[in-house]
Amino acid sequence: MKTNDLIIQTTTKLVFFIIFLFSIHIFFAGHYTPGGGFVGGLVMSSGIVLLMLAFDLKTVQDMLPINYTLITAIGLLIALFTAAGSIFFNVPFFTHVYDYFNLPLLGETSIHTAMFFDTGVYLVVVGVTMNIIQMIGGDE
Amino acid sequence: MINLLLFPVLIPFLFAAVLLLFPKKVKAQRIVTMIGLLFALASSFVLLYKVKVDGVQALTLGSWAPPFGITMVSDMFSAMLVTSSLLIAFFVVWYSFSSIGEAREKAFYYPAILFMLTGVNGAFTTGDIFNMFVFFEVLLMSSYVLIVLGGEKVQLKESIKYIIVNIVSSSLFVITVGYLYSVVGTLNMADISVKLAEIGPSGIVTVIAVLFLIVFGIKGGIFPLFFWLPGSYAAPPIPVIALFGALLTKVGVYAIMRTYTLFFTTDVGYTHTLLMILSILTIVVGCIGALAYFDVKQIIIYNIVIAVGVILFGASVMNESGMMGSVFYLIHDILIKGALFLLIGIIIKITGTSDLRKMGGLMKRYPMLGWVYLVVAFGLAGIPPLSGFIGKLLIVQGGFEGDLLWQSIFILASSLIVLLSVIRIFIYAFWGEEKGEHLISDKKYRHLLAPAITLATITVLYGVGAEYLVPFMGDATNVLLDPSLYIDAVFEGVK
Repeated sequence: MKTNDLIIQTTTKLVFFIIFLFSIHIFFAGHYTPGGGFVGGLVMSSGIVLLMLAFDLKTVQDMLPINYTLITAIGLLIALFTAAGSIFFNVPFFTHVYDYFNLPLLGETSIHTAMFFDTGVYLVVVGVTMNIIQMIGGDE
Repeated sequence: MINLLLFPVLIPFLFAAVLLLFPKKVKAQRIVTMIGLLFALASSFVLLYKVKVDGVQALTLGSWAPPFGITMVSDMFSAMLVTSSLLIAFFVVWYSFSSIGEAREKAFYYPAILFMLTGVNGAFTTGDIFNMFVFFEVLLMSSYVLIVLGGEKVQLKESIKYIIVNIVSSSLFVITVGYLYSVVGTLNMADISVKLAEIGPSGIVTVIAVLFLIVFGIKGGIFPLFFWLPGSYAAPPIPVIALFGALLTKVGVYAIMRTYTLFFTTDVGYTHTLLMILSILTIVVGCIGALAYFDVKQIIIYNIVIAVGVILFGASVMNESGMMGSVFYLIHDILIKGALFLLIGIIIKITGTSDLRKMGGLMKRYPMLGWVYLVVAFGLAGIPPLSGFIGKLLIVQGGFEGDLLWQSIFILASSLIVLLSVIRIFIYAFWGEEKGEHLISDKKYRHLLAPAITLATITVLYGVGAEYLVPFMGDATNVLLDPSLYIDAVFEGVK
């Protein structure tokens, strides 16, 4: 069954990027304010799911040829290695540190090791959610 | 290396994540899994040594002060359990190479095993009751994968049952932790122990104790909560059953022993008597089941139930002999159930059936298998000097010291039923006329037999060398019976 989805398809093309940027925003907002890798990852996945609703599974897989299992594994490794940094300094696992850096354009920014951990969480959440949805959605 | 106690948890996790990168390369999967397990085993042996020399190890994650951070604690009891779980996993993975089949190996079989080990070792190591729930979930998620992997009809049927039972028990777990938190206002296990001792005997604490017994009893398979176990454990292929049978019920048993020695020591007259009665009933139903079936898998699975009863009986009497017996028997049971499942797995592979009545006369073609099985069977029943003997002896001694005369005699009598149930397998499968055909080649037979024999040898050494293990068991028992050792280790430098 092929319905005419012109409106939702056109809107999605625009909205997807807003959702994507919003997920990045939520990701960075984390730590001190509500947000973080988990929520950001879910928002990102919901954006991809919207794409799948507007087009179809096949088209989206062609658009974003991503192996989500791989994303999950990479996310797990990033999270683990960030946390494992503490092992080399012989402080308790998960101990985090932060410092202020002068970055071009952004000016003085605090960079926190928890952010790298959260990057891993973000990737794991996107990877796992999309894996599940693709598996259930692809199963006719 | 203050993070040492985390290594047996983190190394399987790291290797599981690496394995996800190349799921279809079977050879690489096997090699990487073995390397990971060897590293983890090495770290757990170092940990054992460190705990033996320096006493209980504790680490509060993220440099937070206990009781606010999540504390991980490794005493001798948990270090030994971590080591034996990795040991079992090593042999099961080795056995899987020639038994599980490529289709499953390509479908994340090895990562699932390693993730499950992360959960199992984490649950053994954690010193935070909510974190224990999290690790339970990690191991359950992976066990869902393992039980359904392959997608045979019986697996799908049993996995639904398994998942529903575990979801119910997990939610009850969170509810119970919530009750406990509302009473003591902390989740750190050492801190809970202190606070509960301050509160003293009270009705709500006893209710929480019984709720914990229900939660962990479902996982551990005590009477009357074991109903899901015989069906679900029989569904997956043999290496997975070996892993489940040897490890998963033991996590529940460990949690009961930990909470009933660390938390709920104020109303022993009620809680521990209940535990004792339930453990005796568990042995009764286990014995009935072990004799009732002609299915080799069911016979061994009901023997798991019996063992759970025996271990918890030793723990419930709360004296030194009983507790040391429980620790001895718990480790013995992990090793021996692993070995038994691997051996009956070979029998099932050879004959193509798990029905005793359809097999016979294997002794002629496979004498080695027969004798190894007989030794392991004697070990299970506790014939000296094999591994089950010393544990059961101490448990019974503890029972006598605790004035539980009839119960102790009953435990002794149950050993005879255990012996009968496993010897039935020997008589039916190995004696008599050769029946049916032999389905596996000699090469495959040798490949399957090698890990099983090595594991069987370890169980024999465990029994014969029990004398050398006594100092380790003594340390484990001391911490269980004297929670202040555990508490001091956690709050070292804080209070």
